Amino acid sequence: MLLQQLINGVALGSVYALIALGYTMVYGIITLINFAHGEIFMVGAFVGLLAVSKYNVNVFVAMAVAMVASMIIGVVIELIAYRPLRKSSRLSALISAIGVSIFLSSLALMVFGADAKAFPSTAFPVRQIKIGEAEISSLQLLIIGISALLMLGLEFIVKKTKIGKAMRATSEDYNTAALMGINVNRVISFTFALGSALAAAGGVLVGVLFNAVSFNMGLMAGLKAFAAAVLGGIGSIPGAMLGGLMLGITEVLGVAAGFSSYRDAIAFAILVLVLLVKPTGLLGRKIQKKV
Amino acid sequence: MLKVENLTVNYGAIKALKNISCEVHQGEIVALIGANGAGKTTILNSISGILPIDSGKISFSGTDITKTPPHEIVKMGICQVPEGRRVFANMSVHENLEMGGYSVKDKAAVNAGIERAFTLFPRLKERSKQLAKTLSGGEQQMLAMGRALMSSPKLILLDEPSMGLAPMLVEKIFEIIVDINKSGTTIMLVEQNAHMALSIANRAYVLETGEVVLSGIAKDLAEDPEVRKAYLGE
Ligand SMILES: Nc1ncnc2c1ncn2[C@@H]1O[C@H](COP(=O)(O)OP(=O)(O)OP(=O)(O)O)[C@@H](O)[C@H]1O
Ligand SMILES: [Mg+2]
Repeated sequence: MLLQQLINGVALGSVYALIALGYTMVYGIITLINFAHGEIFMVGAFVGLLAVSKYNVNVFVAMAVAMVASMIIGVVIELIAYRPLRKSSRLSALISAIGVSIFLSSLALMVFGADAKAFPSTAFPVRQIKIGEAEISSLQLLIIGISALLMLGLEFIVKKTKIGKAMRATSEDYNTAALMGINVNRVISFTFALGSALAAAGGVLVGVLFNAVSFNMGLMAGLKAFAAAVLGGIGSIPGAMLGGLMLGITEVLGVAAGFSSYRDAIAFAILVLVLLVKPTGLLGRKIQKKV
Repeated sequence: MLKVENLTVNYGAIKALKNISCEVHQGEIVALIGANGAGKTTILNSISGILPIDSGKISFSGTDITKTPPHEIVKMGICQVPEGRRVFANMSVHENLEMGGYSVKDKAAVNAGIERAFTLFPRLKERSKQLAKTLSGGEQQMLAMGRALMSSPKLILLDEPSMGLAPMLVEKIFEIIVDINKSGTTIMLVEQNAHMALSIANRAYVLETGEVVLSGIAKDLAEDPEVRKAYLGE
């Protein structure tokens, strides 16, 4: 029973982690909380749903399509809504982000309507697998497996590739990165593309898991993922992964323990507790002021 | 080679540079000296393109670079070693050098550059995998200089390389600066240590609250009674 809940928690937490990574990477580089990030997750879910229901592709192809589409949307959002405000106060950019977020969810409401849409049952045939006492659905394994793969891929990009190293350099010291010949604008676009792709993958996985895609799904998922990013230490990539997993597991365990009416409050309660003890989050570095 | 004309920079209400003009010729070491807050760093950052300027013109080898973005300026051959070294603390020594060579497309050339940096600063080679934040101040200065050399700049802007270093180390760093210059790189050197700076420079500018108050041959300035009183502690 506990094993089963744990696996449920890890599956949910992996999705939070996928979304949280986008918040943390963008914040790491331009100290902006990208409020529209939850909506990118929602858009990704819709694109995946369209691909599956209209074009009959399998879940993997749908996810790839959703990731590419969200990448483009993420990059364009940065270009038109954030970049022109880079030199203004941080509050202006934040307000712009909230505007984009409202715009995207209203657009989805207009196009897809208010009802939640479901993935066709053929999208991913679910089987139950027995491990000892626990019954695990193949869907959960899929979620955990894909999230792990994506995070390993991200780790590789950030640690080993030239653009990934430039991301770390820019996030450590924006001005000095520019002085070294790094095109910081390109690094920022790349960061938005990466974060949006991960969120879209999360969107498709959640859509399949709960069998529901709706215009407002980005709000709560986005808030929780943001809480996960802050919990892990905003700006820290391993922190976002850890924070996401922790939130997912405690949420599932909390529900199992009978606190299901507080389901959405659990994430924020943990966040407050951790920040009281460690204001920079679990793996956060000292926050240094960026000029 | 580098020409700064009538440069004015304000930070909000603070006038950091008032109509500054200066010049660096190919092959020279030009020193820029002045007290805290005189505007030295502001000049270097304006040249590097990371600071919006209010008016004036900066040109390099005849090309106007006033509005050129910083990464393009590095590609054209100007690289800066910023004040306080600013190494990427949580990246390894090797990765820091790689970042210095970011504008270099050819991977073999980057590796050759790293080897060159290791020959110039053997200490860095021993510490190649260490995170930059674990280096001593002197080692960080070497890393910052090695990093800037990675793009094979024609002109290097050095902002207070002696800051916070023991006298022995300062001598060593200045020797290396002279070596770098001898191997063909032009140098613009910002220093508070006017004595050392004037001893290796060909020419110098003396800056006071955003204005050039004196300029000329470094040797002559070192003899100038005003300069001796204000900057050489006599
Ligand atoms: N980001 C900033 N915002 C506001 N004022 C600034 C900023 N940077 C520099 N100044 C001001 O501009 C003036 C010139 O500063 P600058 O850093 O260029 O001096 P400096 O000659 O390099 O001094 P130091 O020797 O202390 O490094 C100073 O009065 C400083 O207070
Ligand atoms: Mg300075």
